[in-house]
Parts: sequence; C-alpha cells; structure tokens
Amino acid sequence: MRVIQIDKAVEMVKNGSIIMIGGFLGVGTPEALIDELIKEGKRELTVIANDTAFPQSGIGKLIAKKLVKKLVVSHIGTNPETQRQMIAKEVDVDLVPQGTLIEQIRAAGVGLGGILTPTGIGTVVEDGKKIIEVNGKNYLLETPLSADFALIKARKADCNGNLVYSLTARNFNPIMAMAAKIVIAEVDEILPVGMIPPDEVHTPGIFIDYVVKGR
Amino acid sequence: MDPKILIAKRVALELKDGNLVNLGIGIPTLVADYIPKDVKVFFQSENGIIGMGPVPEHGMEHPDLTNAGATYVSALPGSSCFDSAVSFGIIRGGHLDVTVLGGLQVDEKGHLANWMVPGKLIPGMGGAMDLVTGAKRVIVAMIHSAKGESKIVQTCTLPLTSVRRVDLIVTDMAVIEPTEDGLLLKEIAPELSVEDVIKSTQAHLNVSKDLKIMKIE
Repeated sequence: MRVIQIDKAVEMVKNGSIIMIGGFLGVGTPEALIDELIKEGKRELTVIANDTAFPQSGIGKLIAKKLVKKLVVSHIGTNPETQRQMIAKEVDVDLVPQGTLIEQIRAAGVGLGGILTPTGIGTVVEDGKKIIEVNGKNYLLETPLSADFALIKARKADCNGNLVYSLTARNFNPIMAMAAKIVIAEVDEILPVGMIPPDEVHTPGIFIDYVVKGR
Repeated sequence: MDPKILIAKRVALELKDGNLVNLGIGIPTLVADYIPKDVKVFFQSENGIIGMGPVPEHGMEHPDLTNAGATYVSALPGSSCFDSAVSFGIIRGGHLDVTVLGGLQVDEKGHLANWMVPGKLIPGMGGAMDLVTGAKRVIVAMIHSAKGESKIVQTCTLPLTSVRRVDLIVTDMAVIEPTEDGLLLKEIAPELSVEDVIKSTQAHLNVSKDLKIMKIE
C-alpha cells in the first residue's frame, strides 16, 4: 500500500476502464476521485455502483459530463439525467437488484464462481440466466462482477491501508475493496500505523493498493 | 383525513413489539410517525443501519448518516451500522420481520409491480426485489387508484417485482389480503360502502364474512 497524490492515482485509470465506485446516493462516495476523473477527462467508462446519485453529486457528475458508456447499478430513480440518457440510448444501463449486485461483487472478491439467489425468479431479471434447484427451491445463478479499479471512500486509513468507515457511508465500499485489480481509497484522515486498534479495522489493509487524501 | 396519513396510520397498527421493519420511500416512510406508544420497533435501512431514529433538528445532521432515500436520519442508542452485503443478508436471509413498500400495481395473485413503467419511468428496482423476496411479511401501502385507474388489477401489466404473494395491501379505500383463493376484502375506509370499493377496483374481490370498518387510532 502506498499513499500517493490524487492525480497520480487517477492517472492509472484508462479511457474505457471498468471501475467500481462506492457510495449510496452519494453518501460514502469518493467525491475527490470523481472530480479528478472529470478533470483528467477519463471517458467511455464502465461504472459499477449502487446508483448514480443526483445530477450534481457523486456519480451523477460523471453522468452529467457524459463520461460513462455503461452502467451496472440497482437504482437510477434519483437522477433524471441518467434515465434520459438511458431512454435516448446514450448510456447502456444494466439494472440489477441491490442484494444481487453486492453479492456478485463479493463473489468476485472472495473467489466464488457465482451466487445462487431467489431474488428475481419469475421476473425479467431471470431472462437468459441459469436456474438451479437446491433442496426443492429455485435460485438464479448470478456470476461474479470484477473491475479494473475500485474507487472507495473511508473515514480514515493507517499507513498499512487499514480502513475505518463512517456510519451509513460504509455501504458498498468494503465489498468493492475486495473485487478490483487496483483499489484506491480516498480518506479524510491518514494515521500512523498502530493508531487504529485491530478490532476497529473494517477493511484490512491488504486489500488496498493506494490511499489518497480527500478534502 | 389526508389519504396518505390514513394509510400510514392503518399500516402502523400491523407492526408488533420488537419487529425489525424496513420502510420504503413515500407513504411507507410516514408509517414511522404513527407507531402505537406501547409498541417498540427497530427500523432497518438498505444502506446499512438498524436503529434509525427521526430526522434530526436543523444543524444536527451528520453527512454520513442517511436513510435509503438520502434523507438525514438519527441513530438511536443501540444502533448498528454495517455494509451492504450484511444489509441484504438481513433482508434476503429472512431476518427482517416486515417490509412496507409502495406499489404501482398489485394483482389477484398478490404479485406486486413497483419498479418500472417501460419507456416512461425507470427508477430501477433498488432493494425492492430482495425485500419482497426475503422479508417475513410484505405490506403494500398505496393510493387505491392513479389517474382514475385502479392499481389493484386482475393481472399486473407492469414488470413484476417478485412472484412472492404479498401479505397485505393497505389503500385509502380498503385493507385487502391476497390469499390462495384471490383477494379478500377485509376492511373498508370509514364512510365508504363495499360497492364503492368494488366499483373502484379492477380485480375481483372476495368480501370477508367478517368485514370491518378500517380501524385507525
């Protein structure tokens, strides 16, 4: 794990990269990393996230700048611009049930070949997917979702990359931290090793490649 | 009485002491304001909290403490926060006692559609499909008709949220229980007749032998 400047971190993202971005309607979203993506003009991104927040916040800022080619999300109801771009076919949107999305990301992070969920059985979500019966009950096979980068947000990190999140800003962040080739954590505070007691660590530092200081 | 408040008050009576409850956006959110005094419930939200309390006073909001609708909330003593995998483990794993959700349509099989109107409104399902699939009890809270059209229909024409039969429908006109034999009209709103409710409902309703006036406190 290395602590680096935010521009050096975002330089690694390529046009067309697949990126996971933490947060729930902008809470727990790495806003400084998003602003840097916009500043560096990264384009044709595939974004895996819970939602696209609001038109002027969080992932909504990437949508407004038309930097996203494909979205894998559970909800776009709070961002009319995402819905407009979806209907106009300017952005390709995969809508995934929230509990399935988080488990697909977790599956990729923890080395599983997929997960079996009852969610979506009998709905349009099951189209094209394998149905597997276990003990007399039907489940959908949902395959793992991984990414080139995970951009996550935590309240604090130590210099080993151990992370602590804040309240409901935790959400997708710790799971995404396990599921991408390169994981960049934006934090409010960077502490010396030893300042976060072992029992208080939410994400062990081994998952984190780079830590950047947010605002 | 405001029809939304009537619905919220009636749904609130369904919650039992000690229940873990998830309230959807809109009318369901109002339910929290009408829980009977002798009933203590715990509110869960998809974004990762159990123990949510009321909206804080102006100036006391915490930017990292919201509900699943991005409204600032408080955390009551004894609350816990967790990640989205745990949150949906609670929901899908059968640990949630009650979910109260809004609806676009419910049909005679008790199937709910509440996440999209193709080509017009595409909010996405968010957590709704997992909630309806996994909660022990699913209550739909909605206005009976939209633009003069019944939202309680023979067969849903909108994409389904789940094929799980919901447990109760509470509207501004009636309380209806989906059963194996169809929809059972159990209660009607004060000052309405059974005919009024049947006339306003596209689906077939079986009228309970024990039909009551909707009770609210």
